[in-house]
Amino acid sequence: MLKKRVIATIIIKNKIVVQSINFDKYLPIGSPIVAIEFLNNWGIDEIILLDIDTTKNKCEPNYELVQLATQKCFVPITIGGGINCIDQISKLMHSGADKISLNYSALHNEKLVTNAAKIFGNQCIVVSIDAIKIGNKYLVYDYINKSAINLEPSKLAFKVANLGAGEILINSVDRDGCYIGYDLDLINSVCNAVNIPVICSGGAKNANDFIEVFQMSNVSGASAANLFHFNEHSVNITKKSISDKINIRIETQANYLNSTFDDMFRLQKKQDEVLEKLLFTKIDKEII
Amino acid sequence: MKTSQRIVIIDYGIGNVHSIFNAISHLGYKNVLITSDLKLISKADVFILPGVGAFDEAMKNLKSRNLQEILNEQVIGLKKPILGICLGMQLFASFSDENGKHEGLNWIKGNVIKIEPSLNFSVPHVGWNNIFINQETPLFNNINLTHFYFDHSFHFSCDKTFISAYCEYGVKLTASIQYNNIFGVQFHPEKSQNNGLKLFRSFFNSVK
Repeated sequence: MLKKRVIATIIIKNKIVVQSINFDKYLPIGSPIVAIEFLNNWGIDEIILLDIDTTKNKCEPNYELVQLATQKCFVPITIGGGINCIDQISKLMHSGADKISLNYSALHNEKLVTNAAKIFGNQCIVVSIDAIKIGNKYLVYDYINKSAINLEPSKLAFKVANLGAGEILINSVDRDGCYIGYDLDLINSVCNAVNIPVICSGGAKNANDFIEVFQMSNVSGASAANLFHFNEHSVNITKKSISDKINIRIETQANYLNSTFDDMFRLQKKQDEVLEKLLFTKIDKEII
Repeated sequence: MKTSQRIVIIDYGIGNVHSIFNAISHLGYKNVLITSDLKLISKADVFILPGVGAFDEAMKNLKSRNLQEILNEQVIGLKKPILGICLGMQLFASFSDENGKHEGLNWIKGNVIKIEPSLNFSVPHVGWNNIFINQETPLFNNINLTHFYFDHSFHFSCDKTFISAYCEYGVKLTASIQYNNIFGVQFHPEKSQNNGLKLFRSFFNSVK
């Protein structure tokens, strides 16, 4: 059976990884190369790398960064930010990208979605949609002009799916960086509108949010950013708790299968009696 | 472990060639090239035909770079091993239905058709799925887990004698094929972490 995907989003601004809050405030985290290598080693299922400067500054995607950052990346990586023509997609695919994400271009240049899908296949084209809640309604958010557009995210999702998009990434502007859980109403509205896989993003605090969104919606993957950046083995630990309830991939040697967690899904210290009984076991290095 | 094989990743303009290069280089292979140069191709010991793209565009590019002839000569004539990945595997087929009917390399009799599962299954088929191995093949000599990363809307429909593993997605989908020196996988070993790296190792180990 197809497993649900636990995905990490990496937001890049000024060539470094940042923590994004409501698409408005940004705090520095560190090197994208290090972030990708660690997420990869910790067993993330997929990575989405979004450069939020390129469209705004009207510059080319940073191919060099993609090339460096993907050298030790053996899980699928989607690259987004500033893509507005076929040639750029081609260069990104030659720099180590597996899929590309269109956001601003998908809103303003429908032909690019169609042409890109024709050349690279629709499985390669992810359309990222930012949504904001105004009153009781969800609207598409234009992050360049910092304003809502009079268009429902589910309608845009339906449209781009017909144009050739292979996946939808739906982001909640209101919950971005806020640790208050995924916006299930928004996510369900998009999932119900399309027959292509949907990835949700914005709001994840802990494993419980992943479990909830996998149980309460049809998303194919759920993504988090900040949750994975600040703790050692954040991915392994989160995936262990998710895997109790949801069919996901567990592959890392450090899998925390015999560990206990508190209500907040924080790793607990083992009981003294357990520790005393522990013997050292030699775990051989995995030979590939 | 031999790491001196001359490995050529066929560059036909589309495909995630760099991802595959990274994975193979990480395993310590020193003679790895991404190229469409006919001379370099004829000197190779083993080929990788990458994927990610649309079928007609891929065949058009293979032809315009004169790659179809040399691949026929090297793979069918000289029996050098080749591993097709995703679309790369689908190109081995006789025909594909993607964006209209198009002729493939016709190395393995079969057609590439749209995935049409029952309701509740979205297409493309994206993510980690388990495979079921139903025929012995050197590709899976070394793996102890059976999940790999898939990302495709079309699949290879062929006689079951060619199918070495399949996966379940509402319908049975071909996960890997083999016919003599021709190997293909629908999933992406270069993006399936250690499990995928082990597959590359097994494949290159099987090359004499």
